[in-house]
Amino acid sequence: MRVDAPFRPVHISRMHQPAPSRFDVIVVGGGHAGAEAAAASARIGARTALVTHRRATLGAMSCNPAIGGLGKGHLVREVDALDGLMGRIADRSGIQFRLLNRRKGPAVRGPRTQADRKLYARAMQAALAATETLTIVEGEVHDLTLQAGRIAGVTLADGRTLSCAAVVLTTGTFLRGLIHIGEYTVPAGRAGEGPAIGLAHTLDRHGFALGRLKTGTPPRLDGRSIDWQAIEMQAADDDLVPFSTLTDRITTPQITCGVTRTTTAGHDIVRANLHRSPMYSGGITSRGPRYCPSIEDKVVRFGDRDGHQIFLEPEGLDDPTVYPNGISTSLPEEVQRVLLAHIPGCERAVMLRPGYAIEYDYVDPRELDPTLETRRIPGLFLAGQINGTTGYEEAAGQGIVAGINAARAAGGQAPAVFDRAESYIGVMIDDLVTHGVSEPYRMFTSRSEYRLSLRVDNADERLTPRGLALGCVASERARHYAAQQAALAAVRARLNALSLTPTEAARHSLGINRDGVRRTAFQLLSYPEITWDRLAAIWPELRAVPPTLADRLCTDATYAVYLDRQQADIAAFRKDEAIRLPVSLDYGRIPGLSNEMRAKLEGVRPLTLGQAARIEGVTPAALTLLAAHARRGETNAVAG
Amino acid sequence: METIFAPASGFGRAAVAVVRISGPQAGAALERLSHAPPPPPRRLSLRILRDPQSGTPLDRALVVWLPGPGTFTGEDVVELHLHGGVAVRAAVLGALGRLPGLAPAAPGAFTRRAFLNGRMDLTAVEGLADLIDAETEAQRRQAMRQLDGALGRRVEAWRTSLLDALAATEAALDFSDEGDVDADALPQASLAVVVRVRDEIRAGLADGRRGERLRDGYTVVLAGPPNAGKSTLLNALARRDAAIVSAIPGTTRDAIEVRCDLGGLPVVLVDTAGLRESSDVIEAEGIARTRRRMESADLVLWLAGPGDSVERPHPQTLVLRTKADLVPETSGMDLAISALTGAGLDRLLDALQGAAANALGEGDALVTRERQRLALERCVEHLDRAAAGAATLPPELVAEDLRLAVRALGEVAGRVGVEEMLDRLFASFCIGK
Repeated sequence: MRVDAPFRPVHISRMHQPAPSRFDVIVVGGGHAGAEAAAASARIGARTALVTHRRATLGAMSCNPAIGGLGKGHLVREVDALDGLMGRIADRSGIQFRLLNRRKGPAVRGPRTQADRKLYARAMQAALAATETLTIVEGEVHDLTLQAGRIAGVTLADGRTLSCAAVVLTTGTFLRGLIHIGEYTVPAGRAGEGPAIGLAHTLDRHGFALGRLKTGTPPRLDGRSIDWQAIEMQAADDDLVPFSTLTDRITTPQITCGVTRTTTAGHDIVRANLHRSPMYSGGITSRGPRYCPSIEDKVVRFGDRDGHQIFLEPEGLDDPTVYPNGISTSLPEEVQRVLLAHIPGCERAVMLRPGYAIEYDYVDPRELDPTLETRRIPGLFLAGQINGTTGYEEAAGQGIVAGINAARAAGGQAPAVFDRAESYIGVMIDDLVTHGVSEPYRMFTSRSEYRLSLRVDNADERLTPRGLALGCVASERARHYAAQQAALAAVRARLNALSLTPTEAARHSLGINRDGVRRTAFQLLSYPEITWDRLAAIWPELRAVPPTLADRLCTDATYAVYLDRQQADIAAFRKDEAIRLPVSLDYGRIPGLSNEMRAKLEGVRPLTLGQAARIEGVTPAALTLLAAHARRGETNAVAG
Repeated sequence: METIFAPASGFGRAAVAVVRISGPQAGAALERLSHAPPPPPRRLSLRILRDPQSGTPLDRALVVWLPGPGTFTGEDVVELHLHGGVAVRAAVLGALGRLPGLAPAAPGAFTRRAFLNGRMDLTAVEGLADLIDAETEAQRRQAMRQLDGALGRRVEAWRTSLLDALAATEAALDFSDEGDVDADALPQASLAVVVRVRDEIRAGLADGRRGERLRDGYTVVLAGPPNAGKSTLLNALARRDAAIVSAIPGTTRDAIEVRCDLGGLPVVLVDTAGLRESSDVIEAEGIARTRRRMESADLVLWLAGPGDSVERPHPQTLVLRTKADLVPETSGMDLAISALTGAGLDRLLDALQGAAANALGEGDALVTRERQRLALERCVEHLDRAAAGAATLPPELVAEDLRLAVRALGEVAGRVGVEEMLDRLFASFCIGK
């Protein structure tokens, strides 16, 4: 059992050892999971190394040059609330900010921006370089070093060895990556980079349950050859909503995107060449994501439609590359060209590089604790696509949790778990470690049973205090957060102090029941037709409240009834989460537990009774037995 | 934490029925029922229990106040030792159900709480494993029966329809940036589905509680002036000495029930105190109970001896001239019988069986358990709000009510995961730019 104690870094002076080889935490991979993991670990004070093939690919966007979106925007805000990098970097490099679902309620709004690929990577590299106690190491990790079954370090392909107490693997699609373009295949981690074979063998050797997933990317086009006049354009919002609470306003110039569609003639070409697409020829058998289907899938599954939307997204302010969002494909290169020729606006488009499908290994995330530490090798953490997820935001959310916990493990501190009632990060990790994956996992707001409580506008309130307690929030955010909370509390107190009788309300022509009951300004806000402006007309002092605070309080008021009920649900949820089950529980020795239940429980080895209840098919009777057993374990522990 | 309650003694007629209440509100519930502070702990005390709303007496009962944590469940516990009989027990359970923070216990809930609060020792736990196994088997068989039956099929159909509506709603929230997705939270087609399902559930709930009756029995109350021959008839019908029969008016002071099988249908015959003005406090209480029993009955047999007054206190009343062997005159009567000679009894049995068959209906009953009814009522409530709010509420709140409606149905038919909803969503929308 770990004891919660202040972080105790391994003291090695950089002055005496210019190329250090001993660290607390080593992060393998410099994508979105790796960057957040390394930065979080270093913020906590752990001496951290980030090992990447090339410094220049740190923060690269391998696929769609965009951050955020529905569900994903929540993750970015949560990473930001824990003082992570993604939100701030996206704010600095975003070139088309749009708040999705703006006309819907605040619980389902999703901030999103397209990013300038180069600006993003550059800002990320600068942020990492500026992080104290973080060392960037260029090299390829070939193997893990273990001592007495625990992580002790890594070996690089060039023979160098680095020692550490914890490793975070964030290998993305690199583990035995295999790119397919039509009949042509090439082992690769992404376009132009080799796969990671050594680490895949390492994981095999240690008995990890590996699976195979597939994802894809569309061809890239030369924007100078697109007929922009022929197609519809979509602009950024007028009012640019940043991701980070630390960003005052967006200063990057904003661009417009094109919107076009596939045509039935294009669909005919896809149909005629399906046998050459590895997804349909049998070349690929692994599962791809349903929400990001290839154009082949769209044509096959929704054959009755006469067109599918394509967004033409410029990859940067001074980069002619255009990402045609919506036509991910693994058709042969020449077929891709013909397909493009049948898309309005792209008839003469020059293809800079073909689209492709990529297959890669992932580790069954049921091998993990909710800290993202593997159970097989203590000290080894996994984050990002290696856990079967997809998306930069999902990777970043796991990266920050793995980084925090790797640093805590190295410093001998207790694990930090984020639960479903607190964050989308918690929802994602619980889904992964409880259910595993059958396709690349992506976040949706519908995955959260507490959607009305877990909002983008209160991510800081939900997570910054935890971040502060965990030591991963720097002083700038701490000050900003404290000031924000004080202001919010002051306005909330005023809203609860101001009140009206129904008669007075009627005088201001507010339509409420004449029941003689006084209502506070906060209660009045819960009426759909009573806006902040109407209250400000009655109480002019409210005009001075900054719009972000006013919006925040309007949201709380609108959802008040639903939130009360949700609080009751959350209390029940937490009660079951508080009943812990030992990971080494011998299910075979619990009398009365059927073989079927036993198999289900052994497949996951849940850490709490609540988690056990979320395993599909586990019965109430089995849960009762587990609860009894948990009790018994506690009693024994006390007695022993 | 909810406070839960349930009968702790078996179903059916017994001298004493024990109702157990456990949880933080147990003490408060006792105060509300007895209109008095809780008695000294761990001592049987006599209390008159009244309906907290109306103040009507429900029973004179022995109650025990057992403050936690030294109790069976580890929580505050109250036990009510009621007079036996389904009616008293049902009235008390009904009153408890209307108290805030109280809910009927799910099967095994007391044991579960006992486990959770560490109130079971090792041997008890191991011994219970077998019991739980057996209980599960019974539950499973019961669930299978029901899920194979009308309820299961219909709930599954409703759930399927609602999941489709929910998928459309969630698509509008999670994929509004996609070209293919309808922007409305509740598109016209989905709204129609929601309204249809709601109306169907409502119709199912309004089936005259057929299923519960099938489980609890069709209740026939024997009423009439004292000494009209109610107990004699009951005994004749039940073919056993269930009630004390004597010639002294007012012998039957409490309701006495006999459960019997009429042509395969469960029928509960309730003998009651004769209706007359009485200065005897206990008899007066018996008479008040008779009136209440008649109100909740499915059918009242009004028995009138020669010269007795005739009443029709219930919409379903059958007036019987008793002691037809003494006076054969039958004007204003539905039937004439003589328990002594057996005359008219066959016709009466036919009439009862016909009425029971009519009420219990043909085919499968839809809702057979109170818990299912409550879950379905909750579902209807959420669907109502979703339908009413479709045009005015923010879409995520419409979705919230749909989610809760699906969850309520899930409680009847087994659990629903978000994955199932996503399966539908991806099957019906072309998502993915």
